[in-house]
Amino acid sequence: MALPQAKTDALEARIAGLSLPAAGWSVPARKEALARLSGMGMPAKRDEYWRYTDPSSLTAVSPKAAAPLEAADEAPAFDGIDRLTLVFVDGVFDAAASDDPALAGVEISRLAEAGPDIHWARDLYGVLEARGQSPVQRPLSALNTAFASDGILIRATAKAAKPVSLVYVHKSDTSDAILHHCIKVDAGAELTVLESGPAAARFNKVMEVDVAEGGRFHHIRTQGRDHDRRAVTHIFARLAAESLFKSFTLTANGRLTRNEAVLELLGDDAVAHVAGAAVGDGDFLHDDTVFITHQGERCESRQVFKKVLKNGAVGVFQGKILVKPGAQKTDGYQISQSLLLDDDSQFLAKPELEIYADDVQCSHGSTSGAIDETALFYLRSRGVPMREAQALLVLAFLAEAIREIEDEALADDIRSRMEGWLNRHKGA
Amino acid sequence: MTAMPQLEIEVRDGVDRETIETVQAMAGKYKYGWETEIEMDFAPKGLNEDIVRLISAKNDEPEWMLEWRLAAYRRWLEMREPDWAMIDYPQIDYQDIYYYAKPKSMETKPKSLDEVDPKLLATYEKLGIPLKEQMLLAGVEGADEPRKVAVDAVFDSVSVGTTFQAELAKAGVIFCSISEAVREHPGLVKRYLGSVVPPSDNFFATLNSAVFSDGSFVYIPEGVRCPMELSTYFRINAENTGQFERTLIVAEKGSYVSYLEGCTAPKRDTNQLHAAVVEIVILDDAEVKYSTVQNWYPGDENGKGGIYNFVTKRADCRGDRSKVMWTQVETGSAITWKYPSCILRGDDSQGEFYSIAIANNAQQADTGTKMIHLGKRTKSRIVSKGISAGRAQNTYRGLVTMHPKAKESRNYTQCDSLLIGDKCGAHTVPYIEVKNNSSRVEHEATTSKVDDDQLFYCRSRGMDEEEAVALVVNGFCKEVLQALPMEFAMEAQALVAISLEGSVG
Repeated sequence: MALPQAKTDALEARIAGLSLPAAGWSVPARKEALARLSGMGMPAKRDEYWRYTDPSSLTAVSPKAAAPLEAADEAPAFDGIDRLTLVFVDGVFDAAASDDPALAGVEISRLAEAGPDIHWARDLYGVLEARGQSPVQRPLSALNTAFASDGILIRATAKAAKPVSLVYVHKSDTSDAILHHCIKVDAGAELTVLESGPAAARFNKVMEVDVAEGGRFHHIRTQGRDHDRRAVTHIFARLAAESLFKSFTLTANGRLTRNEAVLELLGDDAVAHVAGAAVGDGDFLHDDTVFITHQGERCESRQVFKKVLKNGAVGVFQGKILVKPGAQKTDGYQISQSLLLDDDSQFLAKPELEIYADDVQCSHGSTSGAIDETALFYLRSRGVPMREAQALLVLAFLAEAIREIEDEALADDIRSRMEGWLNRHKGA
Repeated sequence: MTAMPQLEIEVRDGVDRETIETVQAMAGKYKYGWETEIEMDFAPKGLNEDIVRLISAKNDEPEWMLEWRLAAYRRWLEMREPDWAMIDYPQIDYQDIYYYAKPKSMETKPKSLDEVDPKLLATYEKLGIPLKEQMLLAGVEGADEPRKVAVDAVFDSVSVGTTFQAELAKAGVIFCSISEAVREHPGLVKRYLGSVVPPSDNFFATLNSAVFSDGSFVYIPEGVRCPMELSTYFRINAENTGQFERTLIVAEKGSYVSYLEGCTAPKRDTNQLHAAVVEIVILDDAEVKYSTVQNWYPGDENGKGGIYNFVTKRADCRGDRSKVMWTQVETGSAITWKYPSCILRGDDSQGEFYSIAIANNAQQADTGTKMIHLGKRTKSRIVSKGISAGRAQNTYRGLVTMHPKAKESRNYTQCDSLLIGDKCGAHTVPYIEVKNNSSRVEHEATTSKVDDDQLFYCRSRGMDEEEAVALVVNGFCKEVLQALPMEFAMEAQALVAISLEGSVG
């Protein structure tokens, strides 16, 4: 079918001001991504895949203005964690604020410094993104591959000595950042990547993760609270046999957040968990879109998404488990739940299963509703004040998602941020 | 154990060869695949305004009805066939179909059942639907008073006859073919036709609006509990003919009716199109139960032939405390595209949807429901059981939406899929839209294979494989089978057993 003219026009307008780097190993992959993109155009509200989230602010030529939030009421994310920090300010790498990228068990380099030489990331850059374009098109990720201005390339060859922490600072009201990271976890290696901060007024980020046999990858992210920021992020991951992938995201406020995770369990006995907790108070939209493909046998996947919404916040969940023929003994689990704290908020969900193997166990559940009045009454009858009782129940509701974080110190950090948010937003 | 020659099914633990062979043998066993040899009167092939006029003229319709059809036809020309369902079929040539086929003997409408062509009566007799006003239902012969079921029998494009009309009329119930209703009760038809499924609703419903030839009309007056169950039996007989029936049920305040629908077609190598519309209007405190056993010819084991079933069914619970219950057992058709829906407009209205969809061989089913909660304290419940075997694809597609004004509403959805064999697919595509916080929505779905432990347990108690499987699958479908009226439940149970006998792996 011919591409609607509006999509082509929107694409031309969007990329008019962007350019490919002149040289470097990433150029062929970027050109291919541009060709893919031309075949797709920009996403539009009428696309089934954007049924619940209007992509127009993400595809517009320039970002809408968004002021950075001066958050004096919160300690910087992962402050107490021993980590290697790499800082981007409005999408631009800040070497002065970053640690020296030397870490035992890990090789780190930058996409912007991609030279003509042979680099391991050449076999990864744009490759997983391209695989993720079927059966559903994700034009914004192809746009990212083509025009990313920078990104971090991390290869774990053994167990990393400490987590690598990507800190995204937002300073300019009109910044428009495109970053593309590649992460390769070698056989038997282990790496934890932390991400934090709002990044820019508009942020388009892709992270490609390739986990080799027996490799372990952990990802914990907290997206900034800046009210007007907009973000579209994609994680594309490929898992070999007996590997492990665990990702957790905390999203608080932010005008629009679309987080896509596209995971392929290719080898046998691989494990993928992806979890998210989103809290929104006001005109905010949080969209988690997950696509998990089971190809290997005896793989396990878990999706746990919890949303707490009030004052018009909208929560979206689109999750799909695809079990390919032959992916026997698959264990797929998916839960999406929302707690609507008032009548103005909305929860829109499309949890899908597509299964072509018979010896599998797949289930999904989705619920939506208000705080349990009985539980609230119980707490109050025990002398807990109303607001505290509510906060307690909200935390209990979110707990299942936080449990997906293996590291206790990191889980505590996330928990305290969540409590902070609840304290700030406990009024009507 | 060796691999099967025809189909490369890997034989797994717990299934013996015999089981698989039985399933393969079952593939050809469609009980209703015979044809009635009868002289037919066809309208010319193809679709254009003249055909629409001709159908209208054949039915002796008033001018307004013709205009309504023509408007739908013109609208249809501008529409595109939907492609979002998980079904795959060759392009339908809408000009290669007969839109009207009527037995010659029906040229003048028989005044009573006694005058109906014996060949037609024999057809329904053979289908197990005797068109006599003394119907004894299977399994209830011993009852003191036989339960009565009034039947409207539709053969290709026309209604052959309707039983018990006089007795129903005494209660004030109107039960007749839609063509008769257009002539005899134009006020009611004009008021309600298209009010639930508007002529422009979707591609197939619009096509139906233009060319529907017959179907049933039911009107239950205020406060009347329909004295017997009503049913329509649809039979496609003629080759290359589409069936486009239209059913309209109106339940006035405080009334009740249970309506049953059955359908079959002969075995043919070519596909046939069936595009029906069912509209139900339910006013205050009224209740309608609508049960379907859909057993159109599913095609052979290689996917040759079979009915393309594109159906729009919708109930509008307009009144407060009104209630609708859809129950469907979908075992037939090569393609099923069907989403019986409930618009819960009245406060405290309720909608229920119980479905068993079985797809075997090359069948493809994309079916489910929509629960649209608009009124306060509305309730809905969805129980869907999908079973896939052979190379079939079975999709549950559903929508639950809670409007901001639908305070304190409730939905519970459960959809379970069972896969039998590793060449088939089972899919779940639910849409959940919650726009207020006093409502609760719960959705659960599971996909699994028949539990080896359960099978083993049954077998260790001396059951053979067949019996054990039947027991487990019936257990899987139990909640839906229980929702059916008794006589349908028995038919459905037998159908489930026939479609799946021994096919568990």
